[in-house]
Amino acid sequence: MVGRVGIPRQSASRRTRRMRAILVKTLVYLVLLVGSSALLTPFLWMVSTSLKGYDQVVASKFTWIPKPVVWSNYTRALEFIPFWRYLGNTVLVTSMCLIGALSASAVVAYGFAKLRAPGRTALFGVLLASMMLPGQVTMIPVFVLFQRLGWYNNLKALIIPAFLGGGAFNIFLLRQFYMTIPNELCDAAKIDGCSNLGILVRIVAPLSKPALTAVGVFIFVANWTDFFSPLIYLSDQEKYTLALGLRLFQSLHSTEYSLLMAASIVFSLPILVVFFLAQRYFIEGVTLTGMKG
Amino acid sequence: MTREIDCTSPGKADSGRRGLSRNAVREARDFYLCILPWLVGFSGLTLGPMLVSFYYSLCEYNILQPPTWVGLANYVSIFTDDPLFWTALYNTAYYTFFSVPLGVAGSLALALLLNQAVRGVRVFRTIFYMPSIMPAVASSILWIWLFNPQYGLVNRALSLVGIKGPLWLADPVWSKPALILMGLWGVGGGTVIFLAGLQGVPRHLYEAAVVDGATTWQQFLHVTLPMLSPTVFFSFVMGIIGSFQVFTQSYVMTQGGPLNSTLFYVLYLYRVAFEFFQMGYASALAWILFVILVTFTGLQLRLSRRWVYYEGDLRR
Repeated sequence: MVGRVGIPRQSASRRTRRMRAILVKTLVYLVLLVGSSALLTPFLWMVSTSLKGYDQVVASKFTWIPKPVVWSNYTRALEFIPFWRYLGNTVLVTSMCLIGALSASAVVAYGFAKLRAPGRTALFGVLLASMMLPGQVTMIPVFVLFQRLGWYNNLKALIIPAFLGGGAFNIFLLRQFYMTIPNELCDAAKIDGCSNLGILVRIVAPLSKPALTAVGVFIFVANWTDFFSPLIYLSDQEKYTLALGLRLFQSLHSTEYSLLMAASIVFSLPILVVFFLAQRYFIEGVTLTGMKG
Repeated sequence: MTREIDCTSPGKADSGRRGLSRNAVREARDFYLCILPWLVGFSGLTLGPMLVSFYYSLCEYNILQPPTWVGLANYVSIFTDDPLFWTALYNTAYYTFFSVPLGVAGSLALALLLNQAVRGVRVFRTIFYMPSIMPAVASSILWIWLFNPQYGLVNRALSLVGIKGPLWLADPVWSKPALILMGLWGVGGGTVIFLAGLQGVPRHLYEAAVVDGATTWQQFLHVTLPMLSPTVFFSFVMGIIGSFQVFTQSYVMTQGGPLNSTLFYVLYLYRVAFEFFQMGYASALAWILFVILVTFTGLQLRLSRRWVYYEGDLRR
């Protein structure tokens, strides 16, 4: 967190050093301000559009502040599609995947981090390699398999895979964190007659709350926003998740920009809220993976 | 890592399975019990399907009838008789060629800025990260509107400085650059990885450099960059894998148009599989994508020996 680029040369005198530090800081601020306002502008534009009437949206003279503010865009947007049904489907899928993937990856990671067995190194290598595998190579046979199992057009197709391992990246991230927990703690518990399940539940998991939170957030975001799996598995509009519902809405009302923006905001809001609440863990989570190759 | 190597080192392996104590047997059993969900998932949803997909790629298969063997016919017709394959490959390569290096450079630069000790840096971090967590469908819809030739913000802003903006998504020349520009909005996602990398650079290296009279630029060039090279490498590898799989933007925003100018590889694959139900042909496309990505990753791994510096090397 310390300014590293700005460490001055020893030969520089104290005054010029201070001057330079101020200059660097001002420059950094300036770039950060310009950059962040550039990135924020699309968000503001989104909110602004969502509160405008059609005539304001296509007006030749552009304004940021809608006048009048058309709050009804939001209620209208939610009426156009069965919003509550889609929300229900999305919440169901996301919460089931959260339970499944979090518990599965927590247990699998424990095995890889704390238990010795022949074949472990090789299997861990396989796990790492599988993170790079493009999903398209497995997509079609998995689709055929799920169809045979009767999971086509059923939310099961989106939920059940989460219970099978919980995602290579999540396992990897948790394993990296578990590795930092001293083995002496686990050994002591073992001597006291604690089973491996007991060690995971009573010692490792409580010590890994930041990592588990990070993984939980990743799983939540991934499933809430997932577009591809619902797209190929769900055919009835009744069964749609919000991501598909939003797309449906867009294909039906492609020119009603204020409604589209309102719907997109409502859809993205939970993600943004979760992100604000857990952003510390987000960043920590990435740090944890120790991505040094 | 060392612990792991220990447990399979020759010394222990020599003692053989019968040499394993009861405790070790129990530990091994527990290990396999723990990873069972993943083993089932990996064999059922990854390894098995991979093999089946290769088999499909040698068949004609429309899901309704059982697959019929056609040998290499799918591959032959992809390479010799399918202009859309080449279009999709070109579009994807174009997109990757610009978006990955720009993305990596952008997130590195941003990370350097955000690593400065200035007040409010946390707020900035949050702001820069925000676009990258927007759901792809929502940000696609937002950018359709931003790129609207008549009323969109981009062209409205350009007209303020007297430039008449292009048609963006409706113009085959500008559609890909538009999507690349949109991708750069999410540059903050990669920044987090670089920030993590920056915080892992030992401070004493900078102190040593200062003692040797290194300027700020020299410090960056000879300390920061080498220490971050594994992160740069990682970002390139994952960036290329990711950008070759770009899908949602083109599906939602342009449907591959205009004039197939945003028909990306995976969008084409999706159409062949789930709109035309040519599962064999689509599987062949998937395997070609896989081979391309493996080749790229392997090539990068080879080249990386020349420029990636691993701290662990010192100890060896």
